[in-house]
Amino acid sequence: MIGQSIPKLDAQALVTGKPVYTDDLAAYHHALIVKILRSPHAHARIRSIDKSHAEKIPGVACILTHEDVPHCRYTNSGESYPEPCPHDRFLLEPVVRYVGDEVAIVAAESEKAAARALELIRVDYEILPAVLDFTNAENNPVLVHAPNEGVFMPDDVGLDCAHNVVSRHKVQKGDLSSALSSSDRVVTGEFFTPPQSHCMMETHRSFCFPDEFGRLTFWTSTQSPFHTRRQTAAALGLPYNRIRVMKPRVGGAFGGKNITVCEPYVGIVTLKTGRPAKMVLTRKETFTATASRHEMRFRITLGASADGTLKAVQVDCLNNTGAYGEDGPAVTMVSAGNMLPMHNRTDAIEFTGTTVYTNLLPGGAMRGYGAAQSTFAIECMMDELADACGIDPIAFRLKNCAKEGDTGGILTTPIRSSSLLRCIARGREMIGWNEKYPVQQLSETRLRAVGMAAATHGSGVQNIGQAAVSIRLEEDGTYLMRSGATDLGTGSDTILTQIAAQVLNCPVSRINTRTADTDGPYDTGAFASCTTYVTGNAVIKAAESFKNRLFTWAGKRMACPPDTLVLLEDRVAMQNDPSRFMELSGIGMATMIGDNAMLEATETYLCTDAPNPFAAGFAEIDLDLETGKIDLHQFVLVVDCGKVINPALARIQAEGGVVQSIGYALYEQPVRDQKGRLITDSFMQYKIPTRLDVRNIRVAFEESSEPTGPFGAKSLGELVIHTPAPAIANALFHATGIKLHELPMTPEKVYRALCARGLNKYPRRVAQEGMH
Amino acid sequence: MLPIEPDEYLSETLRAAGMLSVRRGCDTGMCGLCTVLVDGTPILSCSTLSARTDGHTVHTLEGMQEEASEFTKYLTEQGAEQCGFCAPGFILTVLAMKRELQTPTEEAIRRYLNGNLCRCTGYMGQMRTVRRYMGLPEPEVD
Repeated sequence: MIGQSIPKLDAQALVTGKPVYTDDLAAYHHALIVKILRSPHAHARIRSIDKSHAEKIPGVACILTHEDVPHCRYTNSGESYPEPCPHDRFLLEPVVRYVGDEVAIVAAESEKAAARALELIRVDYEILPAVLDFTNAENNPVLVHAPNEGVFMPDDVGLDCAHNVVSRHKVQKGDLSSALSSSDRVVTGEFFTPPQSHCMMETHRSFCFPDEFGRLTFWTSTQSPFHTRRQTAAALGLPYNRIRVMKPRVGGAFGGKNITVCEPYVGIVTLKTGRPAKMVLTRKETFTATASRHEMRFRITLGASADGTLKAVQVDCLNNTGAYGEDGPAVTMVSAGNMLPMHNRTDAIEFTGTTVYTNLLPGGAMRGYGAAQSTFAIECMMDELADACGIDPIAFRLKNCAKEGDTGGILTTPIRSSSLLRCIARGREMIGWNEKYPVQQLSETRLRAVGMAAATHGSGVQNIGQAAVSIRLEEDGTYLMRSGATDLGTGSDTILTQIAAQVLNCPVSRINTRTADTDGPYDTGAFASCTTYVTGNAVIKAAESFKNRLFTWAGKRMACPPDTLVLLEDRVAMQNDPSRFMELSGIGMATMIGDNAMLEATETYLCTDAPNPFAAGFAEIDLDLETGKIDLHQFVLVVDCGKVINPALARIQAEGGVVQSIGYALYEQPVRDQKGRLITDSFMQYKIPTRLDVRNIRVAFEESSEPTGPFGAKSLGELVIHTPAPAIANALFHATGIKLHELPMTPEKVYRALCARGLNKYPRRVAQEGMH
Repeated sequence: MLPIEPDEYLSETLRAAGMLSVRRGCDTGMCGLCTVLVDGTPILSCSTLSARTDGHTVHTLEGMQEEASEFTKYLTEQGAEQCGFCAPGFILTVLAMKRELQTPTEEAIRRYLNGNLCRCTGYMGQMRTVRRYMGLPEPEVD
């Protein structure tokens, strides 16, 4: 089962268009349509709201303002408790803090009635000055959240509302100043990484109804049902046990659905009306009023000896978390924690990070989670340092990168597995580095160049990520496996079933897998690249525990010691005499009667190691000197995710991550107007890669065996997004010497940089035909 | 016969009629998720008034299961459906393309399918599936 590319177990339902997503399930109920009136101002105080005209629209069930809802602090982050997230939200309040902030809730019988009611609500705003530039948020006289208004963090990591600061972090190893002063080569750089929109194809949505016991029951498109339940309960002032959250199939998430962005609003409508209610965000709302990748600034100084030995790494990170704190502090921490292990061999490391509030769209979890940003910055700087040392960038990385067996320093656990050196060697060969590095002249106006980057990540959240899995024998001798794991389309339900099937020595068809229901076993949810590693380990524990119970039960009846038995597909047999056996179907029936007879095992796994996976990415770009346009000719990604459980699904996930990073690197440019409104709020303005933009992406795996992983597996999902952006930037650097430290690398920015270096070619057509 | 409002879009009509494979992913006619076939031609049901299809034949994936089965088998073998949300619109476009393109080439199929966005797969697995279905070789990288 392990290492086999079996199709996803839900594949048939998905490719035949079955109604398995949130809004499909809502279609079978008569659900009220919930819509939100949103702030047009980046910062304002609401003087008054007149809903009298809107309430007269036929079909309007209720209109709720801050005067009508519970006033309970919460965070919408899907982080595990105790979360380092400021509880800085109310369901509704008389202050709005970014363009898109919630002002009022409308619930109506139809879309039309709800939309008309939104238009008729009159709000009188007192417009306040706003913090729109995150580089001057700290010490700004304008405060996004006033101190002493009750904002708190369960795990306080430096909240300081009086200075718009959400958190401060420091990571240290060795003596930085002496390492820098003893370095022969020192390079510095400042980097800006923009917000990025997740652009999952299914926008955010949630459906809620009261069950027969009066509990609020959700079918909702989420990454973490348990955290969604906790935060929704906090927002509504309800005990957790009055809420049940279930996740149907999800149409993509990428971190974007690890926030409780719809549930409290549909929940309050169901509480107020007793009716089923649903909310489906528009694409514009998903762009402008959910969350994006955090915008960051990095200031980096690196030092090396003349022979190219990395001696000092200094990184200062400024993180814009927007109007609400959410995942901001954790993202700042992870920008260090899932990047620095690569450079732990150096003498000295100093990382300082600050997370700040602004009156802009909140940042949230997005695939890569800070490390995508920091890896871009540090991997560009590594190339510049290699260049300063006069050393090939691959040789530089081979010399300085993390290696199996590394321990101490900033590492919280040793690196027990790494095939990064093999990944780099294979990628070098696949892209033809030796023939192509650094640059070829394709024509008078076109250059082709290669660049590379290396990356790591984590697998789960150390000492926080936890999963419970329950396995039981059914009457017919098949298995039911229940877990809280949250398949977002990646195929984790299938992966977990493969792992169980390996332990239970049967085909996946003998196991029914039921996941993501808060009335079932607990799981932290699908974030921090945890499901295969953390829940996978829990599956093994539960399956082994189940087998022990089964062997004890069967051993008694077969009059033999349990350790002489083996589990086969449909039977328990004696190891040395297979003719003596009991069929599982018979056992399943027999265990229906009897005191404590039911064969079921539940086990919990806590992620204590969170091992680092590794990857090396290689970009080959074509650069047009007339336009500054970069075309990605090919990209090679070689991955060490430990053992690959399902090669087909791993490959697809890696390819998808690469393309999201290509978008981040080249096309996806969020633009705000002077009042802080995000104007790139549709696929017309915000360009994600299409089929015409990307081709020739090749993914290979160099397996290692992680001793703490399920059958040797480590994480994959986020790691794969790290290398494309820096590898492309490094190719541009090799082609031209341009150090472009700001994403995305649009033709305009590249062309300006070419002009500054005198490398641009004046477009011939324009030169010949003149300007029109 | 389905009763419709004058300003109703086809995607709304179809979903209300229980054709839940018809999905929407944007507000601007850009993503291709809502693609259905009108007289065999792929159109965006989110921006087509239902009234305009009066007298025409509309196919959603619910009514194309048999014709789609070969392609969807290839798709699931690659794992290239991923989250599956864009699958119905994408599959219907591929079926129309197979009938329509006389001389399919790499460029021609990329252009034909360019209006069907996908954020999960990065398109590579989908394109491998489409090439197999259309009988095209995998392109070589120089």
